[in-house]
Amino acid sequence: MSQQTKTPLLTVKNVKTYYPVKTGFMNLQKSYVRAVDDVSFEIYEGETLGLVGESGCGKSTLGRTIIGLEPLTDGTILFDGKPMNFRTDRVSLSKQIQIVFQDPYSSLNPRLTIGDLLAEPLTVHKIVPHHEIQQEVSRLLALVGLSDSAKSRYPHEFSGGQRQRIGIARALALRPRLIICDEPVSALDVSIQAQIMNLFKKLQRELGLTYLFIAHGLGAVKYISDRIAVMFAGKIVEMGTTEEIFKNPQHEYTKKLLGAYPIPDPKKRSILTKP
Amino acid sequence: MSLFKRYFNKKKYDAAHTVTWSEDMPSKGLFFKRFKKHKLAVIGFFYLAIILLAAIFAPLLAPYNPNEITDAFGEGPSMAHWLGTDDIGRDILSRVLYAARVSLSVGIGAVVISSAIGAVLGLIAGYFGGIIDGIIMRITDIFMSFPYIMFILVVASIVGPGLTNIILILGILGWPGIARLVRGNVLAIKQSDYVKAGMALGYSTPRILFKHILPNTIAPILIYATSGVAGAILDEAALSFLGLGVQPPDASWGNMLSSAQSITILTDQPWLWIPPGIFILLTVLSINYIGDALRDALDPRNVK
Amino acid sequence: MFGYILRRLLIAVPVLFGVTIINFIIMRMAPGNPIDMLVSPKLPDAAREAKAIELGLNDPVYMQYWNWLKNLVMHGDLGYSMYTSEPVVSMILERMGPTLILMGTALVLGLLIAIPLGILSATKQYSKLDYIFVTGSFLGISIPNFFLGLILVYVFAVQLNWLPSGGMKEVGADGGFGTLLMHMILPIIVLVANVAGRNIRYVRSSMLEILGQDYLRTARAKGLKEVFVVNRHALRNALIPIVTIIGLEIPILFGGAVVIEQIFSWPGIGQLTLSSIMNRDYSTLMGLNLVAAFVVIAANILTDIVYAFVDPRIRKSYVGGAK
Repeated sequence: MSQQTKTPLLTVKNVKTYYPVKTGFMNLQKSYVRAVDDVSFEIYEGETLGLVGESGCGKSTLGRTIIGLEPLTDGTILFDGKPMNFRTDRVSLSKQIQIVFQDPYSSLNPRLTIGDLLAEPLTVHKIVPHHEIQQEVSRLLALVGLSDSAKSRYPHEFSGGQRQRIGIARALALRPRLIICDEPVSALDVSIQAQIMNLFKKLQRELGLTYLFIAHGLGAVKYISDRIAVMFAGKIVEMGTTEEIFKNPQHEYTKKLLGAYPIPDPKKRSILTKP
Repeated sequence: MSLFKRYFNKKKYDAAHTVTWSEDMPSKGLFFKRFKKHKLAVIGFFYLAIILLAAIFAPLLAPYNPNEITDAFGEGPSMAHWLGTDDIGRDILSRVLYAARVSLSVGIGAVVISSAIGAVLGLIAGYFGGIIDGIIMRITDIFMSFPYIMFILVVASIVGPGLTNIILILGILGWPGIARLVRGNVLAIKQSDYVKAGMALGYSTPRILFKHILPNTIAPILIYATSGVAGAILDEAALSFLGLGVQPPDASWGNMLSSAQSITILTDQPWLWIPPGIFILLTVLSINYIGDALRDALDPRNVK
Repeated sequence: MFGYILRRLLIAVPVLFGVTIINFIIMRMAPGNPIDMLVSPKLPDAAREAKAIELGLNDPVYMQYWNWLKNLVMHGDLGYSMYTSEPVVSMILERMGPTLILMGTALVLGLLIAIPLGILSATKQYSKLDYIFVTGSFLGISIPNFFLGLILVYVFAVQLNWLPSGGMKEVGADGGFGTLLMHMILPIIVLVANVAGRNIRYVRSSMLEILGQDYLRTARAKGLKEVFVVNRHALRNALIPIVTIIGLEIPILFGGAVVIEQIFSWPGIGQLTLSSIMNRDYSTLMGLNLVAAFVVIAANILTDIVYAFVDPRIRKSYVGGAK
């Protein structure tokens, strides 16, 4: 257990994200939707934590809270042992954490060519000297398996899978250590899903990336995760290594999720799905 | 102003009809294909191009100086004066040509100003939300509470008439509609993942606003501005007609029509007021047709 | 529902407040001494100076605004005309009637034309009829109303001599309902052309949108007759957004009234506005601007409330005052 002695790359402690909902006469009363309700976990450098749960359980909100896109109501988030403050350190934090979105169609600005889209973060943060930008864009494209000809084209000229590759390349542009993968394959065709999962694995191996991999089914994360956290109604109900979760699920909800996960072998299926 | 108000003003209408224009903008080819389906808009486009050229080259095209007093007084159309002359002997055709400069510069100038103000305020209101949004939208409501023409008249009577003043007044008072429109679009675009990605990439707020949000709300601004040009031309004409716009001896289509308030000119010299009226009508009609075709051609919901 | 109405009224408060501030600023930008706006110009100089001090014209501007606002709210006092020395309020009230007759009639007739034509246009999309109505609609919004007015006077009053060219009654005569009607025809035609022009396409597109909805396709798929589909299912939902038209039309009609009343010598608010401009009567002008804004705000509130009553989505969400 050498991991336990190291500082975790990301520490999430008692995190809460509430949304106020105005109700009552003249909207004077306030009540809250508890999207993320007291969640704690840690991620170590180089590992993948799978975060699963049904739609609306707060897993995406949690991911977006970690990267500062949703306000943190309460709790602390430490990166590399240091508390994160997006208000003051947005620029430096953006070079540490990045995000890949679910919908490859709305995550790319339709008005920019792929070349401009990938050059922008490099220019803004001066990642490489000005004259090397084009070279760096080519390198990023190659990294995600796209050819140089993509540079002059617009997002709408690409398929969903290709767009997702572009989204990944953009996230890699700033050379982050942690990437939040917010259901990156669930909007794609099944055949494409496998390709993108392989790409994530390959990038992790080559670049030593750390992933928080969000998905709504256990099947999607089994292949990539070292550990899995199961989220239900804003709380993490169970967390363990992938093997533990699949072999010996503790929580009722995890068992239900496992039941929804199709087992390739029909003989085993009937046993596992039995409640 | 009519079209201006009609399309995007009402909050409920906004809410129900705000479309995120950013997705799948038609390609250039598709845009032209759709635009060309509107035959009247194509005709209007050519008409406008001619008027624009005529206005630019008015000094070359006009047979007389617009303020020159010729020796024909109040004469009907003839070979020497195609559209006749007025009571002090000025050539009507020349005046109509020079007046086109006034109308087009008011239309374009006013809309450029109001679009710039409206777009910036709408961007800020929509992006930052909260109190800033509340304040800007209340100011918008306040400006919209004054009946437009009446408000302009009152301001013009205090600031004083004249071409520059008219452009400024129409420009500075005309922004609320655009601000509401842009705000509605920004609210929708702000939620899109590419804006969130920009934030995650640590881009500055001005960069996100002007490079990622504004370009994606250009289409509706363009459509709105087109009807705005038509509205501003009509407003200038009305103002000049009432004597508060462009002042004689400078010619504007509106102040040329003003003379028809005298019953003798109305009855006996129709060549003095019918041509400028027709020019306003055709110009505004063309612009409105173009605006309609643009709406059709740029609407992302339109799949044909 | 009560909660909704109360909320809507409360939102209007800052707007009303802002309107008075802007109005006050413009008033102070006007050339001339503000004392002329507030007291009768017939007073001798010494009395005027005394009055200026009494009225606090030497006070800081915000105090002046506060006093002016207090007068307006407590006594409905808009000051005196700088030209006729009459109280501005009574001048405006006197002229309000003719303008409201004109605007009200034009609004009702305009909608009575626009709604059926717009619906017909939508149900027969791309037909000849649709084409004619839409073209007419474009003409209606593109023709300057003063040009149309002049043409009508030229044709019907001067050439044909069928109708009077202006005013509300014959000179020297007392007039009756019949003559009033005769005098109204031409200005009403101009305003109705505008109202109908603006709204035929609005109704049409609102109807088209509804006709494309899934529940109407379902209705058709059930085998319901098209007439039944349109009348029973589409019309009701298409008419809801039309309520907002009324709120949108009122400020535009107010503006149109200025021009139309000038052409047809109609003794209403519009003519008073123009004569005040010509006479540099800024106090009257400010009063007119303020009253017009109040009317617009009131119309907007009313529209929103009516809208809430008609639209079940809003009505439901406010039942019992909760949310």
